[in-house]
Amino acid sequence: MSTALHNLVNQPYKHGFVTNIETESVPKGLSEDVIRMISGKKNEPEWLLDFRLQAYRHWLTMNEPDWANVDYPRIDFQDIIYFAQPKPKKQLASMDEVDPELRRTFEKLGVPLHEQKIMAGVAVDVIFDSVSVTTTYKAKLAEVGIIFCSFSEAVREHPELVKQYLGSVVPSGDNFYAALNSAVFTDGSFCFIPKGVKCPMDLSTYFRINTEGSGQFERTLIVAEEGSSVCYLEGCTAPQFDTNQLHAAVVELVALDNADIKYSTVQNWYAGDENGKGGIYNFVTKRGLCKGVNSKISWTQVETGSAITWKYPSCVLLGDNSTGEFYSVALTNHLQQADTGTKMIHVGKNTRSKIISKGISAGRSSNSYRGMVKVGSRATGARNYSQCDSMLIGDRCEASTFPTIDVQNTTATIEHEASTSKIGEDQMFFFAQRGIGSEEAISMIINGFCKDVFVHLPMEFAVEATKLLGLKLEGSVG
Amino acid sequence: MISKDSRIMLEVKNLHAEVGGIDILKGVDLTVRAGEVHAIMGINGSGKSTFSKVLAGHPDYHVTGGTATFEGKDLFALEPEERARAGLFLAFQYPVEIPGVSNSALLRLAYNTLQTERGLEELDPLEFEDLVHEKIKVVEMDPSFLGRSVNEGFSGGEKKRNEILQMAVLEPKLAILDETDSGLDIDALRIVANGVNSLLTPDNAVVMVTHYQRLLNYIVPDYVHVMDGGRIVRTGGKELALELEARGYDWLRAAA
Ligand SMILES: Nc1ncnc2c1ncn2[C@@H]1O[C@H](COP(=O)(O)OP(=O)(O)OP(=O)(O)O)[C@@H](O)[C@H]1O
Ligand SMILES: [Mg+2]
Repeated sequence: MSTALHNLVNQPYKHGFVTNIETESVPKGLSEDVIRMISGKKNEPEWLLDFRLQAYRHWLTMNEPDWANVDYPRIDFQDIIYFAQPKPKKQLASMDEVDPELRRTFEKLGVPLHEQKIMAGVAVDVIFDSVSVTTTYKAKLAEVGIIFCSFSEAVREHPELVKQYLGSVVPSGDNFYAALNSAVFTDGSFCFIPKGVKCPMDLSTYFRINTEGSGQFERTLIVAEEGSSVCYLEGCTAPQFDTNQLHAAVVELVALDNADIKYSTVQNWYAGDENGKGGIYNFVTKRGLCKGVNSKISWTQVETGSAITWKYPSCVLLGDNSTGEFYSVALTNHLQQADTGTKMIHVGKNTRSKIISKGISAGRSSNSYRGMVKVGSRATGARNYSQCDSMLIGDRCEASTFPTIDVQNTTATIEHEASTSKIGEDQMFFFAQRGIGSEEAISMIINGFCKDVFVHLPMEFAVEATKLLGLKLEGSVG
Repeated sequence: MISKDSRIMLEVKNLHAEVGGIDILKGVDLTVRAGEVHAIMGINGSGKSTFSKVLAGHPDYHVTGGTATFEGKDLFALEPEERARAGLFLAFQYPVEIPGVSNSALLRLAYNTLQTERGLEELDPLEFEDLVHEKIKVVEMDPSFLGRSVNEGFSGGEKKRNEILQMAVLEPKLAILDETDSGLDIDALRIVANGVNSLLTPDNAVVMVTHYQRLLNYIVPDYVHVMDGGRIVRTGGKELALELEARGYDWLRAAA
């Protein structure tokens, strides 16, 4: 560093708090002051600051969970930037202004960001670092009473709804990362579907971590009132940094009587390089509450990125006759580690759940399915079907399953199936002998393997997920 | 059909190969011209499948000596998929199962890959369906097999038929059929043999590995070769197969 630069960077703090608001991020580290600063920057109401502080104080008493089948050096929570905001000039009015680099990344992922695809009927909310960049189609959705906006805007415009539902599914002290998120979340998406409304288009959010050393702590809250339905898509990307970045999101879904929420994720956070350097730590809490009778929540996820994934989208089946579903493809390559699965908590009568999990491990990666099916004493007639399949590519990777079944009602029916297979050299040779190259062969096998999950993705996502898996596995066989 | 002036398709000279550090092929010579039908016979473990896999380029098998040209090109300079695209087809003695990949999807991808290689139009799923329904008649297979995963849960005989279906769709220049007749019932043998016959033209050729003279009643070979100890130790006409049927292999082995 030149002396001039050194001096500039190390200038004593001159401008005080007010000037600081103009800057891009708050200083590294976490304290009540930082939380007050975040809350202050966002002009939040008192109750929300209280929610944050309560979460923070709870978090201080908690320990980082160590039961997952993942291995990483301790995270220094004081070395993370908790709030990073694009400079004002980056706040965009139209899609054309989105950074071309960002758009390329999104396009690679098949994100329907450009106009044509938006015309095809996807409303998009883009979270860039921690701040919502743009929400399209808001007006059109508002006509039918749907609220779809950034979390900050929801706090400003619909505080009563946020207050009613925030933390109602994932309490602020639920777990270590959820507590951290509750303390420091800066933005996210909010979606409210009023009574009887079938959302006329897929709603979509794209999350992007862009600043080195920053964490991303977004918060998503989706409420589907009686008889409503919505299909929600979430995509994620991050640039390549040598350092690890923490992503600790919380997603809460609430489905009232006869409501239906379908939540799909294609997660392609940066996974680190071949030697495991860099990449996102994805420690996410996702939970849906089937609060009303006959309600339904369905999670579909394709997890391909992140150095470490710690994620268990779950359903609490409170309403009688409610249904929870979990369809998952988790792919790990190189030195990636994934510990992912679901929890299905049957509380109400005749509740049903279905779990289809497909784990693909390549390279030296480790891929674990961790699932819990719990049937409470009042959940008469509860039914669960679980299927967990693992596929190994090469012989240096690892696949494990940790299913837990806890049944307190004798009328419950629980079915669990599991399988492990391997892409063998003879299969690859067979494809080659029919003129098919190894990449296409793998993509064909993987597609076949993941078929039962991909059918639950919206068409565009399914096509992209297929490509993405192929891309991720390039060169991992033969 | 032998015609001395038809072009040489495959020419193998003094081929040596090893697998897992063991020398298996110890100097194989074989010339196949367009329009010809060859049969290779020989005791278990004599190296017939090894020879087939070496030609097709199985990565476990390593060429340690000798040469092979296919359609004028150095065969061993080509990757396995390039050999296939150049028109070399191997019907496997033990076809593998590919769970989750439907027969029709595999056939279409393989077919379209070849079309592209040949500079021809790819077929869309509907067009391909028409084609495959024509081809499946060659082996009299039920079309329901098209929707099933490749070979998964197929009986031994069904797998063999499925190999010939692939051959029918891909129309290779040189087809090596490694014991396609083993495991077929009597009717299926006739059907599959007729299917193979119907695919023969003056422009392509077949090498059949078999243990049974019965197959050769249906698909009449121009040449019968006997492999022993990793070498072709005797070559004759179709009558050699009859002689083997009557006398076994011992007399040849003693002579070799
Ligand atoms: N992958 C391998 N590893 C070790 N040995 C092998 C391997 N493949 C083949 N061999 C050996 O090579 C020899 C030739 O085997 P090959 O399969 O070519 O015989 P074959 O003539 O086809 O016999 P069959 O009539 O029983 O099919 C055998 O002794 C076999 O055990
Ligand atoms: Mg053999």
